[in-house]
Amino acid sequence: MATRKILLANDHTPGIQTYEVYRRQGGYRSVEKALKNMSPDDVVEEVKRSGLRGRGGAGFPTGMKWSFLAKPEGVPRYLLCNADESEPGTFKDRYLMERIPHLLVEGMICASYALGCRNSYIYIRGEYKWIVKILERAIAEAYANGWLGENILGSGFSLDLYLAPGAGAYICGEETALIESLEGKRGNPRIKPPFPALKGLWDCPTVVNNVESICAVVPVINDGAEAYAAVGVGKSTGTKLISACGNINRPGVYEIELGLPVEEFIYSDEYCGGIKNDKQLKAVVPGGSSVPILPAHLILKTASGEDRLLTYESLADGGFQSGSMLGSGGFIVYDEDQCIVRNTWNFSRFYHHESCGQCSPCREGTGWMEKVLHRLEHGHGRMQDVDLLVDIASKVEGNTICPLGDAAAWPVASAIRHFRDEFEWHVREPQLSQQRNYGLAGQTLAIA
Amino acid sequence: MKYNNQDITFSQEMMAEVERIKGQFPEGKQKSALLRVLHLAQEEAGGWLNIPVMNQVAKMLGIQPIEVYEVATFYTMYNLESVGKYVLEVCHTGPCAIEGAEHIIGYLEQKLGIGVGQTTPDGMFSLKTVECMGACGYAPMMQVGEFYHEKLTEEKIDRFIEDCKAGKVSVGTWKMDKMAIN
Repeated sequence: MATRKILLANDHTPGIQTYEVYRRQGGYRSVEKALKNMSPDDVVEEVKRSGLRGRGGAGFPTGMKWSFLAKPEGVPRYLLCNADESEPGTFKDRYLMERIPHLLVEGMICASYALGCRNSYIYIRGEYKWIVKILERAIAEAYANGWLGENILGSGFSLDLYLAPGAGAYICGEETALIESLEGKRGNPRIKPPFPALKGLWDCPTVVNNVESICAVVPVINDGAEAYAAVGVGKSTGTKLISACGNINRPGVYEIELGLPVEEFIYSDEYCGGIKNDKQLKAVVPGGSSVPILPAHLILKTASGEDRLLTYESLADGGFQSGSMLGSGGFIVYDEDQCIVRNTWNFSRFYHHESCGQCSPCREGTGWMEKVLHRLEHGHGRMQDVDLLVDIASKVEGNTICPLGDAAAWPVASAIRHFRDEFEWHVREPQLSQQRNYGLAGQTLAIA
Repeated sequence: MKYNNQDITFSQEMMAEVERIKGQFPEGKQKSALLRVLHLAQEEAGGWLNIPVMNQVAKMLGIQPIEVYEVATFYTMYNLESVGKYVLEVCHTGPCAIEGAEHIIGYLEQKLGIGVGQTTPDGMFSLKTVECMGACGYAPMMQVGEFYHEKLTEEKIDRFIEDCKAGKVSVGTWKMDKMAIN
């Protein structure tokens, strides 16, 4: 099935980065429509009816999030765009911002209008330094053409839009850590409640939305909620950007209609193009490093034998026993040669490095998991280490202020759930496991 | 302690940029400019932040020095020790590891004659490992200054190092284009 492109309809148009070309392609129509023909509440309703769900990972309905925003008299409200994309395997927001910077600017104007914000910020990870420039150029062009600033299109609505670069911290993708960071502090997540919708940036009501979610507001307004909701399956409406990487022939960013079968996504030449070097598929992490890893048979079919689809529901089918999550759409593919223990150790090191250190279970637990996985991978493991890891993971999960603890626990717990043999083999064969990988079902394979 | 009280003067250009950034936040919320101002300060101070530089930043934003230190020590992009002219930041997280990041790091160590976290004696190159940079589909990769260098191979690295030595590599700047200033 050839995907209808909604966000990336004209990402290959030469010059689409510039205002002239973007406008000629129909850019900023949604701002005209919203500001001239719709009230802010109409826009919120439209987004609600579209079924659009947060594209950053949690999948919470965007329109509902907007409707929770407190609106006390005389207090400013803020819209923050989360462009801190740092989830391993995820590189879709970068693609959107690099290719079609005006789409994000346009989405920010519509969303700010809907929420009644006078100042909005795009918090972007500091490493995307060159994209800061691309976006600031786009913002300057939007000002020059009357889409930002005072009294836009004579509607009485005024908006200033700014860029706020971070400085290297995965945790700042968590919304309250992002707010702290934007206030010029360390990225330590806040205890919720109060939720940002009530007390966010500088204690004012705040909405934080992912780049892709904000971009998706543009087609929702242009084509209407019904047209958007007609794409997709059930409660997974519209399209999703999937960033595919790992052992595949065609890594990259793909826009898919929600509901595309995972098998087609992996093997079709339109998308991943199959496994590199004609190898076998071993496992997939479908939604960024935090979501559970699934072995080949469970990523292609659910436990009940149905085709696994790229939707929020289908990927979660079976719970964590046999399912995973759509997450951020960071789709990491592993071939038969990859070592699951090594990969799990690698991810644990990542979470240990990125833990902000505020909550003991996460600060200590991520370090313990890294250490135990390191010794398993390097031939010093003990058989009880496997259950020890499960135990630590279960005590980190759910016991921290923010979801980083869960994100650190899930990859470990799921890897052991589905690949316990491979972990135990590392203990039984400490020498051999240094010479070769376990491969698929223990076949002899050379270390890559 | 004399060192800690050393006066720091930033360029006029940077001071103008700092004023522009401060203007993006409501009155009294100028601390929000801190992360970006630290990037600018680090760039002017030769790639790293020492105590006098951080103290000066605190003065410019009207906050306490400790508020600057706690931020500078939290975020990985701030260097608290001197670094080389070119800081090679190689990603070694999962997707890059699958595509051979460890080999690339080993190759760089051997080529430059330094380990991770070290700087060449001539002050030209520093080698760092970093966590996921959002380039997983174009692995392995490294960031040098403003730019990403993706799908790295030994040949690409050889060429890159030669280009650096010949002064042909730009590391970019945190100062914004004139046309982007609004």
